[in-house]
Amino acid sequence: MEETGAAVETRGLTKRYRGGQLAVAGLDLTVPRGSVFGFLGPNGSGKTTTIRMLMGLIEPTSGAARLLGEPMPRAARSVLPRVGALIEGPALYSHLTGRDNLLRYDAADPTADPRTRPARVASALDRVGLGAAAGKKARAYSLGMKQRLGLAAALLQPRELLVLDEPTNGLDPQGMREIRALVRELAGEGTTVFLSSHLLDEIEQVCTHAAVMAQGKLITQGTVAELAASSRGRLSVTTPDPVDAVRVLKEHGVTDLVTLDERVVGELPQTPLELADLNAALVREGVRVRAFGTERASLEDAFVALTGEGFDVAG
Amino acid sequence: MSRAETGAPAAPVAAVRPSRPLWTLALFRSELTTTFRRWRTLALLGVLAAVPVLIGIAVKIETSDGGTVGQGGGGGEGEAPAFFSQITNNGIFLVFAALAATLPVFLPMAIGVIAGDSIAGEASSGTLRYLLVAPAGRIRLLLAKFTAVMAFCLVATLAVAVSGLATGALLFPLGDVTLISGTTVSFGDGLVRALGVAAVVALSLVGIATLGVFISTLTNSGIAAMATTVGLVITAQILDTIPQLHGIHPYLFPHYWLSFADLLRAPVYWDDLVKNLELQGLYAAVFGSAAWARFTAKDITA
Repeated sequence: MEETGAAVETRGLTKRYRGGQLAVAGLDLTVPRGSVFGFLGPNGSGKTTTIRMLMGLIEPTSGAARLLGEPMPRAARSVLPRVGALIEGPALYSHLTGRDNLLRYDAADPTADPRTRPARVASALDRVGLGAAAGKKARAYSLGMKQRLGLAAALLQPRELLVLDEPTNGLDPQGMREIRALVRELAGEGTTVFLSSHLLDEIEQVCTHAAVMAQGKLITQGTVAELAASSRGRLSVTTPDPVDAVRVLKEHGVTDLVTLDERVVGELPQTPLELADLNAALVREGVRVRAFGTERASLEDAFVALTGEGFDVAG
Repeated sequence: MSRAETGAPAAPVAAVRPSRPLWTLALFRSELTTTFRRWRTLALLGVLAAVPVLIGIAVKIETSDGGTVGQGGGGGEGEAPAFFSQITNNGIFLVFAALAATLPVFLPMAIGVIAGDSIAGEASSGTLRYLLVAPAGRIRLLLAKFTAVMAFCLVATLAVAVSGLATGALLFPLGDVTLISGTTVSFGDGLVRALGVAAVVALSLVGIATLGVFISTLTNSGIAAMATTVGLVITAQILDTIPQLHGIHPYLFPHYWLSFADLLRAPVYWDDLVKNLELQGLYAAVFGSAAWARFTAKDITA
């Protein structure tokens, strides 16, 4: 595999578990440096297996993965100190305080300077807003606090890459905002952030790039703008004459028409269509138009179009 | 921070931090403090330390009428467990009696709990994956776990021995020690031998400790690993008492455990002591390698 500037790069990455179940099939993923990369996919699509292979926890059946330009899992000792990770939720020693949990994780890193350890732990705790609860036993933490402590563990060192699996899980709306702000701040400092989430609007709000997985395969990857654009925009017409409107729009090639009271929504045809002409046609046929316009396709539309599956947006 | 001004597709920002040999020891220290700060560990040590106290009190009560242990129903009845009869004459024998009483069951069970939980416990709480991506390094983490379990073997044995000595000194007279072979040595010499006995007992536990760590690498359930290890202790003890199976007896890890008593002879009778240490070394080598092979190749899915 040729070295590129990518923060994460996989070629034909495949994992078949004992028992024959194919979890990840021939994954070619490229996460550009400096990007905030959203990793999407329904439950069981192979996201977590992929992340575990990237972090050297699972041996790939075939294929190769490079993290920060170095092969994994071979270069784990030199690469992983530069990578912060939150994998499938936080895991803590419930009999230790929040601070002692971080001290232990930091002690496990052979490149971590013990002289700066207490200071780095304190600043990581402050960064996720746990400064005041640092002395509490982790078993007394709420789910949101545990999630924050897991994030703090990923921030014990300046990292080049952060791998965050569902980082806002269990957080209240205020906590989610804080985490999004933190991700933007880290990205602003030049850290590449690899973010898996099932909250599509979250990905849309913070990510520059995204990839979609389904059934172990990569369906698409690119910038968020490209992905959203790949799904055509939707036309929305508000009118007291919905029946006539549906007829006229159908004649002009608008598909998937749905009527909701006085609102008609449909997919614009693939061939470019001058919207002004469409509006004129409606008026010509005597349809009284109160509002007319296109709704920008969201990532959710793109996602549903790609995976053919519903997605729990509300989480 | 220079990271802030690097643009999007920038070159690596933070310099690769070198790992220092001395810094890698932090994991070992962290492992020891994490193990010994756990309530479960302290409770196990507390139970072990209570055994000599109970034995001491029981012997004191039974002999308060001036008799000796085991004489209750007249000569023919079964003899008292090893060393019990000497306790009233010399408190230091409470150390040997307590070690002889705890070595077959209590000590290996406690080791089984700590060793069985070592890797599997981290796996079931999920902390294993974070230690490995820290990155602790699989071999280093395994060595740190071994170190902590061995340290527990030593501390657990010392808990019994020290509690035995303290209780013995409190309840019974101390003085010159009459060895099994009939020779009498000074109390100082007796103390040295007691220390040697404690060391041998701790080393006797190496086999079950290594076996426990290996079992711990096989599963993601701490409870299952603990139960299996403790179950193996009991099974080995039972097999060791079945005469028809004498062919396998020399290979069972508890077989030579009570050989520590040979240190209390003058001259010391080394044969079984050496056999015991060789057997423990064999278990450590075999199951240590097995744990290494298993743990370094394992997919961490928990």
